[in-house]
Amino acid sequence: MAKVLVVTSGKGGVGKTTSTAALGAALALNGQKVVVVDFDVGLRNLDLVMGAERRVVYDLINVAQGNAKLNQALIRDKRLENLALLPASQTRDKDALSEKGLARIIKELRTLFDWVICDSPAGIERGAMMAMRHADAAIIITNPEVSSVRDSDRIIGLLDAKTERAARGERVEKHLLITRYDQARAMRGEMLKKDDVLDILSVPLLGIIPESEQVLRASNLGQPVTLANPLSAPARAYNDAARRLMGDNLAINVPLERFNLLGRIFGGRAA
Amino acid sequence: MNFFGLFKRSDPLPATAPVARERLQVLLAHERGSPRNSSKMVALKEDIIDAIARHMLVKPEAVKVKIDRRAEVSILRIAVDIPA
Ligand SMILES: Nc1ncnc2c1ncn2[C@@H]1O[C@H](COP(=O)(O)OP(=O)(O)O)[C@@H](O)[C@H]1O
Ligand SMILES: [Mg+2]
Repeated sequence: MAKVLVVTSGKGGVGKTTSTAALGAALALNGQKVVVVDFDVGLRNLDLVMGAERRVVYDLINVAQGNAKLNQALIRDKRLENLALLPASQTRDKDALSEKGLARIIKELRTLFDWVICDSPAGIERGAMMAMRHADAAIIITNPEVSSVRDSDRIIGLLDAKTERAARGERVEKHLLITRYDQARAMRGEMLKKDDVLDILSVPLLGIIPESEQVLRASNLGQPVTLANPLSAPARAYNDAARRLMGDNLAINVPLERFNLLGRIFGGRAA
Repeated sequence: MNFFGLFKRSDPLPATAPVARERLQVLLAHERGSPRNSSKMVALKEDIIDAIARHMLVKPEAVKVKIDRRAEVSILRIAVDIPA
């Protein structure tokens, strides 16, 4: 039975697209059939992070409007055969994606994949609502920072109000993924701690992704960080999160880079 | 001059995270008040836009929804800019 996930946050720039790509690749590495779907109509980016930007022919809206078949729009990943991307369109018309068209696409994707991961645009307008509409579960991406936590709180409210599941009186399963976490700064009281964020949002924790230069490096290369450098701290954290989604019971910790010479010399500042 | 001194903070910055935590707790308790009120308004606005969009072409920004709370009654105001 396929599971539809929405990766959402309210706030922009917190790591939704990074997380969609990294978790998608990690699930695929674990043998799952995965499609990542870009809902950021007008500002597509998932294709770039996945390194598939030159292979986009048709997009989500072409399929929703019946101008292309789903299998014409799906881009198979070159590295992992059981990973695919459904790109967003570059059209400026955000209303081009119809409710009906979307419902049909999600239904079809459910028959083809184990996981359908929807990368939400920022905000709480129509695009973000469309991305969460058919979700069985949500991954709420939060940075340890006041505006991000507040926006996550609003998104949590919307998940219980604006989804198909909510309309049927069912709950959307929720998971909190704290990203761009800097353990050293949290310890010094400069940044909210993981427990602060958990207390305030009271959503079960899926994982903690450390702030890491490896993330930018991976996106420069057009590779999900879980493929670009599987042993790096963020990749290990994403991989653990993916395994928790699959039902594995793993203890949650803040992964640190294994050989961090700078961190040792300068008293953990770079850790 | 001490080389390592360049990289060490002489006096640690005062911890500001507890302030952030406190402010968020107060704010969110307020915003969630009367079952996640702000989300309800957004949900209402979404439904209104959807309903209008079934009959005419309007941009989401063209729809303004507001509740004026008064002592005796509250007024739900819906303003829609329709292209000429
Ligand atoms: N764990 C991390 N460490 C460092 N940089 C990160 C991390 N996660 C995301 N970023 C960077 O933050 C920026 C925004 O990330 P992105 O995934 O595009 O956010 P969103 O999709 O939420 O707008 C990108 O430049 C990305 O490389
Ligand atoms: Mg994004």
